[in-house]
Amino acid sequence: MTVYILRRIAQTLLVLAITSLLVFGGLYLVGDPVEILVNPSADQIEKERASKALGLDKPVHEQYLTFVKGAFTGNLGNSFVYARPALEVIFERMPATLELAFLAMVIAVTLGIPLGLFAGLRPHSPAAKAIMAGSILGFSLPTFWVGLILILIFAVQLGWLPSTGRGPTTDVLGLQLSIFSWAGLKYALLPAINLALFKLSLIIRLTRAQVREQSLLDYIKFARAKGLSNRRVIGVHLLKNIMIPLVTVIGLELGSVIAFAVVTETIFAWPGMGKLVIDSIFLLDRPIVVAYLLVVVFMFILINLVVDLLYSVLDPRVRLADVRH
Amino acid sequence: MTTLLSIRNLRTEFATRDGVLPAVGDVSFDLERGEVLGLVGESGSGKSVTGFSILGLIDPPGRIAGGSILFNGEELVGIGPERMRALRGRRIAMIFQDPMMTLNPVLSIETQMVETVLAHENTSHAAARDRSIAALARVGIASPAERLAQYPHQFSGGMRQRVAIAIALLHSPDLIIADEPTTALDVTVQGQILYEMQKLVRESGTALVWITHDLAVVAGLADRIAVMYAGRIVELGDADAVLEAPRHPYTRGLLDSVPAATAPGQRLRQISGSTPSLLKLAPGCAFRERCSRAAAACSAMPELDDRDGRRVRCHFPLIEAVV
Amino acid sequence: MSAVTASVEPVETPWRRFAAQFAESRIAMLGLVMLAVVIGVAVLAPVIAPQNPYDLAKLDLLDARMQPGEKGMSGMTFWLGTDGQGRDMLSAILYGLRVSLMVGVLSGVIALTIGSVVGVLAAYLGGRFEQFVMRVVDIQLGFPAILVALILLAVLGKGVDKIIIALVTVQWAYYARTARSAALVERNKEYIEAARSLGLSGVRIVLRHLLPNSLPPLIVVGTVQIAHAIALEATLSFLGLGLPPTEPSLGLLIANGYDYLMSGKYWISLYPGIALLLTILAINLVGDQLRDVLNPRLSR
Repeated sequence: MTVYILRRIAQTLLVLAITSLLVFGGLYLVGDPVEILVNPSADQIEKERASKALGLDKPVHEQYLTFVKGAFTGNLGNSFVYARPALEVIFERMPATLELAFLAMVIAVTLGIPLGLFAGLRPHSPAAKAIMAGSILGFSLPTFWVGLILILIFAVQLGWLPSTGRGPTTDVLGLQLSIFSWAGLKYALLPAINLALFKLSLIIRLTRAQVREQSLLDYIKFARAKGLSNRRVIGVHLLKNIMIPLVTVIGLELGSVIAFAVVTETIFAWPGMGKLVIDSIFLLDRPIVVAYLLVVVFMFILINLVVDLLYSVLDPRVRLADVRH
Repeated sequence: MTTLLSIRNLRTEFATRDGVLPAVGDVSFDLERGEVLGLVGESGSGKSVTGFSILGLIDPPGRIAGGSILFNGEELVGIGPERMRALRGRRIAMIFQDPMMTLNPVLSIETQMVETVLAHENTSHAAARDRSIAALARVGIASPAERLAQYPHQFSGGMRQRVAIAIALLHSPDLIIADEPTTALDVTVQGQILYEMQKLVRESGTALVWITHDLAVVAGLADRIAVMYAGRIVELGDADAVLEAPRHPYTRGLLDSVPAATAPGQRLRQISGSTPSLLKLAPGCAFRERCSRAAAACSAMPELDDRDGRRVRCHFPLIEAVV
Repeated sequence: MSAVTASVEPVETPWRRFAAQFAESRIAMLGLVMLAVVIGVAVLAPVIAPQNPYDLAKLDLLDARMQPGEKGMSGMTFWLGTDGQGRDMLSAILYGLRVSLMVGVLSGVIALTIGSVVGVLAAYLGGRFEQFVMRVVDIQLGFPAILVALILLAVLGKGVDKIIIALVTVQWAYYARTARSAALVERNKEYIEAARSLGLSGVRIVLRHLLPNSLPPLIVVGTVQIAHAIALEATLSFLGLGLPPTEPSLGLLIANGYDYLMSGKYWISLYPGIALLLTILAINLVGDQLRDVLNPRLSR
């Protein structure tokens, strides 16, 4: 087990290193941030001074080495725009993104699994067909466009919910989160629903496919032959088997949701990491972009690891693979 | 009334895209308490479907289209789902072919056994657990208490089937339907399971319907044998009598085609032709095309005639001349 | 002498059966029709569009932001309204559809080619090569597509070719993985053994046997991927990356309309979005049925 963990950690570091290298090098080719940050009418001396201050006058490999050295101490450079450590800026904005992603996943899962279950158990009923039709639609709708439409309908036409921004936050376990108060939740609803739509459709379809596949298997018939109630057969036997692939997918989708928040945050002007990184790309604020990528990649790998562990907990065949009589 | 099970003209159909498939065309037989019936036939003969029909486990697009199944005097065809559920696992139990697929891989043996007890009786979890341990011991599983906490994949094939048998015996049912329970096992293990089943059934007086394609398996086990072909019973009688002197040409063909029946060096005997598609059954005897005794009369479906304790569905049965 | 007339049953070739099975779903047929319409319209855009929206000389600013159905300065009816520059939305959508489709399909085809060749080779050659390739694929698939595309476009800048590169980079791994799985299954089948023992060259085996038989799952993945590619391109264009304003796709059109949403001029964003939705929906409907028909596990 420890060998396994060590291997995973080594892989993590490797992936992080490669990512940083690629991104760092790539961004270096894009252009000169000084052009953007400094007043265009400033003279050459000003520009050189700014360049020096940001460490941009050094050759790229030196810049990268400085970066790597700093990375080991948790310092990923200072943002050109904010003049503060990039990591600090990102961590400041992270709770906003995470709570949005979390809310979106909660919506997708609590609606998706029951709907998918129903559609799988009664595949020929009109309700099931409607659910499946809805899921294809939800899957085909471009997320950013849906966001616009949601704003159009709920904010502009109906005026029920605010269209942009984040609501007031409350202190939850030291983090500033907005979704635990209705005032704050109001602001989070539209973007969360927007973000959730695609995943919801995915979960519905996946659950239904799993239900249909598993229902045909012998152990279901055997469970019924034992005289177990329908509720038990579906709620325990079927569900436990479905949960395993479902949980793995949901875990992986969580990472994807965090990444995709980039779009939703832009549309709804939600002050999270995503909006930050888009702005930073245009402003050529490289440290932020690099730091963001590394943070997101790290989160991804962490989520993958948790999902793997969870899988082995849920599936006894994996957990107890070595015990055989 | 000692007749436990009385099936009359059972007909089970499946609606397919190509038409209606009569998996079971016409099945009738009786089963007494404690009797062992061997239901023999090749794949597609309808033997498994008969078993499922008795338990009411025919799901759409299949349905029981006609006939009657009387169990302890109670009609099972058309019975309400709740009543059927109460009977399943308690008065009628079933053992399936491949125990790896029939035991739920992600639930412990304890869970799967205790739930069976609790589904029909209002006892405590602890009491149900004790019963499960006792049942495991009865089928010859060592250290049952430890095994209870384990998962199906931690058992060998033969052990898993023993667990399935233990589950079937939990409520001391009147009838067990075993659908090819040894087909998926090694030959040596087959013998063990057969022996085990025989012992348990004799001990508890449970009636048994043993479904198989292998005549040899039921030879020592069954009291009576029913041979099925293309959805109908073609021969039914005392096991020894059927095996020694089969009257239906198909049964004869089956017995002849057993390799052991042929002297070494001789050509293996086969029944010519192949099973007809159940979708395109011509009227008349389904075995007609492959039978050396077929004649014009065979274009009408023969009835299951009863003749001194033996029933044969044939216009020209092989009757040994009684000298 | 009596003439013998034989009734000939239509030959049931695999194609016919496939087409018949596909046609079982009315929704899928609807999707197919929609797709045909979309493709036809996009291809014929220069011919059927009432106006060339990119000919700046023809635009009149006085026509800007007109409601759907209103008539403009030159007398033509703007069925879907006009945008901030006076462009006829209908024409803009037709041209935009063209660009979106082209980018999506082209990137999909290129990614499919690269991915399947890599995947099939990996399956055929096995060993270290396969290990290495699959690790790369796994790592690539572990990254969310949008992030990879974002960074690539940030580095590469705008342009049709750049966005195609980005889309191909994001997609090839799916094809590679699918192709390898399918090829692995085929590789282990006996006819490959037979071919090998007959002395057929490796290239021949790969090209004539492994590739064609790995095609069905690739087609299924392809339809889903192309739909994703189109959606991704629209998203990236919306964010301001990728396609330059001289060749706007539907995504850019929608972005242009974003600012007008609050003032109630919904049509600038709404209609391009509907066009995008219908395209993606059509592809998904067709793809769904393709998957069901080509799935060996569903009993047919």
